[in-house]
Amino acid sequence: MQTPTYLAAELRLPTNWLDYTILAIYFLVVLGIGLAARRSVKTSLDFFLSGRSLPAWVTGLAFVAANLGATEILGMAANSAQYGVYTTHWYWIGAIPAMVFLGLVMMPFYYGSKVRSVPEFLLLRFDRSAHLLSSILFAIAAILIAGVNLYALAIVVEALLGWPLWVSIVVAGAFVLAYITLGGLSSAIYNEVLQFFVILAALIPITILGLKKVGGWDGLSDTLSAQHGGDFMTSWGGTGIGSDNPLGANWLTIVLGLGFVLGFGYWTTNFAEVQRALSAKNLSAAKRTPLIAAFPKIFIVFLVMIPGLVAAALVPKIGTAGSDLQYNDAIPYLMEQFLPNGVLGIAVTGLLAAFMAGMAANVSSFNTVFTTDIWAKYVKKGESDEYYLKFGRLITVIGVLASIGTAFLAQSFSNIMAYLQTLFSFFNVPMFVVFIIGMFWKRASVKSGFWGLLAGTVAAMVNYFWIYKQGVVDIPSDQGANFVSAIVGFVAGAVVMVAVSLFTAPKPAAELEGLVYGTRSAGMSEAPGEGDDAWYRKPALLGWGAVVLAAACYIPFSF
Amino acid sequence: MSEFHEKNVQEEVSELETKSATAARLFDIRRIIGGLFALYGVIVTIAGLTASDADIDKAEGVNINLWTGLGMLVLGLFFLTWLKLRPTAPPTPPVEK
Repeated sequence: MQTPTYLAAELRLPTNWLDYTILAIYFLVVLGIGLAARRSVKTSLDFFLSGRSLPAWVTGLAFVAANLGATEILGMAANSAQYGVYTTHWYWIGAIPAMVFLGLVMMPFYYGSKVRSVPEFLLLRFDRSAHLLSSILFAIAAILIAGVNLYALAIVVEALLGWPLWVSIVVAGAFVLAYITLGGLSSAIYNEVLQFFVILAALIPITILGLKKVGGWDGLSDTLSAQHGGDFMTSWGGTGIGSDNPLGANWLTIVLGLGFVLGFGYWTTNFAEVQRALSAKNLSAAKRTPLIAAFPKIFIVFLVMIPGLVAAALVPKIGTAGSDLQYNDAIPYLMEQFLPNGVLGIAVTGLLAAFMAGMAANVSSFNTVFTTDIWAKYVKKGESDEYYLKFGRLITVIGVLASIGTAFLAQSFSNIMAYLQTLFSFFNVPMFVVFIIGMFWKRASVKSGFWGLLAGTVAAMVNYFWIYKQGVVDIPSDQGANFVSAIVGFVAGAVVMVAVSLFTAPKPAAELEGLVYGTRSAGMSEAPGEGDDAWYRKPALLGWGAVVLAAACYIPFSF
Repeated sequence: MSEFHEKNVQEEVSELETKSATAARLFDIRRIIGGLFALYGVIVTIAGLTASDADIDKAEGVNINLWTGLGMLVLGLFFLTWLKLRPTAPPTPPVEK
């Protein structure tokens, strides 16, 4: 996606005292949540994992909200303005199958084994070298991604409200720091749930007014088909192998690269997501976390795609030299065009909340991994729980300061969304391959985890920096290159794992109980909580329901 | 304990779970969502009731503040009602071993 980062300077919103009042109320509530959650933090488990005690609807909404950062909202609207209805793939095939798989298949192993983090699972399944490597890779990725969110927030606020870059970075950083240091994961999750609803209140009016302006869906469809050709309004049109489309991807790379490797890599092994499910109060609630999240995820695509398409219809030259507007401006442009003061304040609040939540999700997963996986296991072993709780708070401060540093680093990249997807292909995909093989193949040996992870990460980086950037093979777009990197990283990791496993010792069967598919642990046979046997709480029904619904959503956009 | 053992990880979590205070002391988020959306609902609805013609023209002839405000108010009241009908369950006492 060649979407430049900067928003057009003339998008300054006509905000007034009413909008700022709405924004100020939100910031006060955010701090209030942090202060009120503080008294619930007694142990390090409360701080890092909410004591494994939250209800499924809370962790489920936090699960979807942690992903619904503003980079996602602005980025996916930009994607739609540029590529049209292809954007639906990021949701219906790129997210739903992976979320359902996480809930139905993987969650018993994650939650049942009582691990506190994704790297900790690798420690139990493989060995310390796999554990340490994955912890360090994750910690680096989390800080880089938190920095991207912070920087993106700052440039949007600068364009829309006219605050200088450094003011927004420091203010947003300080608020995130305050509420996580005080209340830990509970306050991060509660703020995500709140943000989820505020973002809906911001996007729904924009979508409705935008559709009204262009004459409804039919009007929108006619205008854009005339401008860009009929494939622009379909999901699968022009994705045959060998045929040309603006995405630079065919149905096979979409299904394998986006749907399987990138999608599963992101949703099933990215700790910033999985952590929400691990904080659920019992196994049933943990399984339902990604499944409950899947339903809003299916429909959120309309709230980001339609504004993107409307912007493309209203400003036909958007994103090209013929217009001042960039693709990323789609949603801010509609806010400026349609929203009167009041709803405008809600929309600005929603965007800021989404940026802060995107950053907070990464900071709250970073401090957990850094404290429980790196510090407590390799640096300062065997200290009291109070010590690690205190250290967790300290490392949160350091994590936020480091994110401010990486925010200025993100400034040197011209395209934020592609930068983000590239980071995912480097860090999530290799982790996913190690997981999936480790979880489903008993014979995967102790040493294979480390080497598979290393090989996958290196291969994805080599593909991106050498084969794509140096032009060894011609790949038409950054997004297309990310799909290929993902597939390359996956294959390299898998091949190395199998090869290493054939020549090194497997883990004794007794140590694999509850970690490999087909085995059970004590945590898995936990009795369901009261009321969890109601039909609408059956994980299988929720999961398959989501898959069927997502598949059905494709039908009107396939012909 | 100078060196950790892989098996201890699970025991450590079980032990911490018994000392955890989140279930007993964490407030119910429904109260916050309900309160904030009721407040936002009232503010935005008032902005809608006092909307100028310019505001309405801008939003394609729709009084968007009024409708959004009412929507937020309904959501806020929904959460407050839910909280009232199904208050937070008292935490189950830890199982004696």
